[in-house]
Amino acid sequence: MRRWLPILLIIALMTAGTLPAAEKELKVGFVYVSPIGDAGWSYAHDLGRQHIAALPGVQTAYVEAVPEGADAERVILNMARKNFDVIFATSFGYMDPMLKVAKQFPKTVFMHCSGFKLHQNMGNYFGRMYQARYLSGMVAGAMTQKKILGYVAAFPIPEVIRGINAFTLGAQAVAPDVQVRVVWTKTWYDPATEKEAAKSLLDVGADVIAQHQDSPGPQEAAQEAGAYAIGYNSDMTAFAPKAHLVAPVWNWGPFYEQIANEVRDGSWKSRSDWYGMEKGIVALSPMTDLVPRTVQDMVLAKKAEIVAGTATVFKGPVSDQTGTLRIAAGESASDEALLGMNWFVQGVVGTTE
Amino acid sequence: MTPELTIALLAAAVQSGTPILYATLGEIFTERAGVLNLGVEGIMLIGALAGFIVAKTTGVPVYGLLAGGLCGALLAAVHGLVCLVFQGNQVVSGLALTILGTGLSSFWGTAFIGQRTVGFEKLPLPLLSEIPVLGEIFFQHDPLIYLSYLLAPLMWAFLRYTRWGLGLRAVGETPAAAAAAGLRVLAYRWAGVLVGGVLMGFGGAYLSLAYTHLWTNGLSAGRGWIAVALVIFTFWRPGRAILGAYLFGGVMAFQLRLQAMGTTLPSSLLLMLPYGLTIAVLVFSSWRGRGSEAPAALGVNIEPRE
Repeated sequence: MRRWLPILLIIALMTAGTLPAAEKELKVGFVYVSPIGDAGWSYAHDLGRQHIAALPGVQTAYVEAVPEGADAERVILNMARKNFDVIFATSFGYMDPMLKVAKQFPKTVFMHCSGFKLHQNMGNYFGRMYQARYLSGMVAGAMTQKKILGYVAAFPIPEVIRGINAFTLGAQAVAPDVQVRVVWTKTWYDPATEKEAAKSLLDVGADVIAQHQDSPGPQEAAQEAGAYAIGYNSDMTAFAPKAHLVAPVWNWGPFYEQIANEVRDGSWKSRSDWYGMEKGIVALSPMTDLVPRTVQDMVLAKKAEIVAGTATVFKGPVSDQTGTLRIAAGESASDEALLGMNWFVQGVVGTTE
Repeated sequence: MTPELTIALLAAAVQSGTPILYATLGEIFTERAGVLNLGVEGIMLIGALAGFIVAKTTGVPVYGLLAGGLCGALLAAVHGLVCLVFQGNQVVSGLALTILGTGLSSFWGTAFIGQRTVGFEKLPLPLLSEIPVLGEIFFQHDPLIYLSYLLAPLMWAFLRYTRWGLGLRAVGETPAAAAAAGLRVLAYRWAGVLVGGVLMGFGGAYLSLAYTHLWTNGLSAGRGWIAVALVIFTFWRPGRAILGAYLFGGVMAFQLRLQAMGTTLPSSLLLMLPYGLTIAVLVFSSWRGRGSEAPAALGVNIEPRE
């Protein structure tokens, strides 16, 4: 009997080794910069998390309101130690902390949103939000009467500047003489300041307010002034039913599902993903009844072109505020140019400082 | 700047100055009784959150306001307990209160981020709002702003003309003499701390019930600290608090409007304005040598008598 024991053991181990593979749950962790209730950025990511949590064999966890910097490193490190298979960090400032942890845990997959650093086990991803912003700009251009649009913006970084430019080009496609006025708040989520910023734009004559902010403060301001508003991140209709026209929104679910599947079957490779409307990561919320049918049809037709790849947002000729030609006629801006964009197109009133 | 824009700016100055005005009046009242409360920022946050939650659950904005005041007073009572009962250091206790208030409001408030509450809406006053210029600047706001118009003169009259007001000032200037005159010094100080807490709580509730109808962690964004600095600028006078608060509100509103008008100045520079002004105001106050107008016994604990 004794002689047989090791053999039995080996057989048992071999069969056991094949079985759990099917049962092993994929552990996916998320790190958010703000609370998920913000109806904004983190909320959108959390909808993506819920999407994959509903899939069989996937277990998710998240930590919200994690400040960028040292705290982020601690949270990411904790997740890595707890044997998470994939960790998504969804704020720009998590880039360096994540890279540091990624080097210590080569078997874990790290995914960083909105940054640019890569490692063999760390990829980054983002969405071409500017495509949806262009479409929302078309809506604004069609709805404005005074030909002045207000844009409450967070920080003068390429992501935001790109969005303002795309919004402006979209508005100009419908109303060529429209101007877009920009106010910087230097906040992502500060309802009081952002509402006041929107009011200042309304005071100078803007009758449609757009925002690159996570709080619905600007929506409130627009509704109180009887103007229109364009949301961001998620459908913000509930905050200003009498003002809200449309919102460029994030839809991370399909992308997170794709990454989860790649990690599970081992096909994941470190890379930079920058998907747009064609993958459905970036979308346009349904337009409200305030937008006339004809305008809706026009915008949806353009959307179809963008999804099909037959239309590009940054297509020459495009000049900057000083009139200098930045994108020549017939050319399209390269991804590098888009990622480093630090100038406003003609028609924007404001500075990039 | 066109006349319409100037009027809009001044109206915005009144509105964005109002939360600061409430907090400044609260701090003046507390300091007049000889207690320095540096916890304004924390009390405002608790007031804002309490106001938000109660208004949201009951659907009655006034209950929210009262809850904001009550919770402001409760947090201020912690300061009273430390400084008036246990003779703790007022500066340290006040700073701790700010940290406590900020932490507690985030702890309880995170679940409420992204929700909307009912609140005070604009209510133009009949007749008064039709006065050209002045009506637009002062009388087309929400009821809490009108309340603040009454509060400052009331506090001024209270401090100047009533027995209790005189008692409160005496306790802040020379508690020993006040005690010798038969005043219940500790009771006055408690009143100063608690009433001040109510007003700071109102200031916070103004942010979540009228200025916006939203809550976020750290909603007060430094307004409590501006109020502390403003008390020095106003030389502890309620009347001047109106001037100071609107000045700050005006600067906050002005920099955004400068941007909206299309200035070429960098926005970072403009955003510094309110804080730069805070420093300038403090320098100005001490240069004028009026720091000595502070209540003489400000920050000095009263030793209990045997």
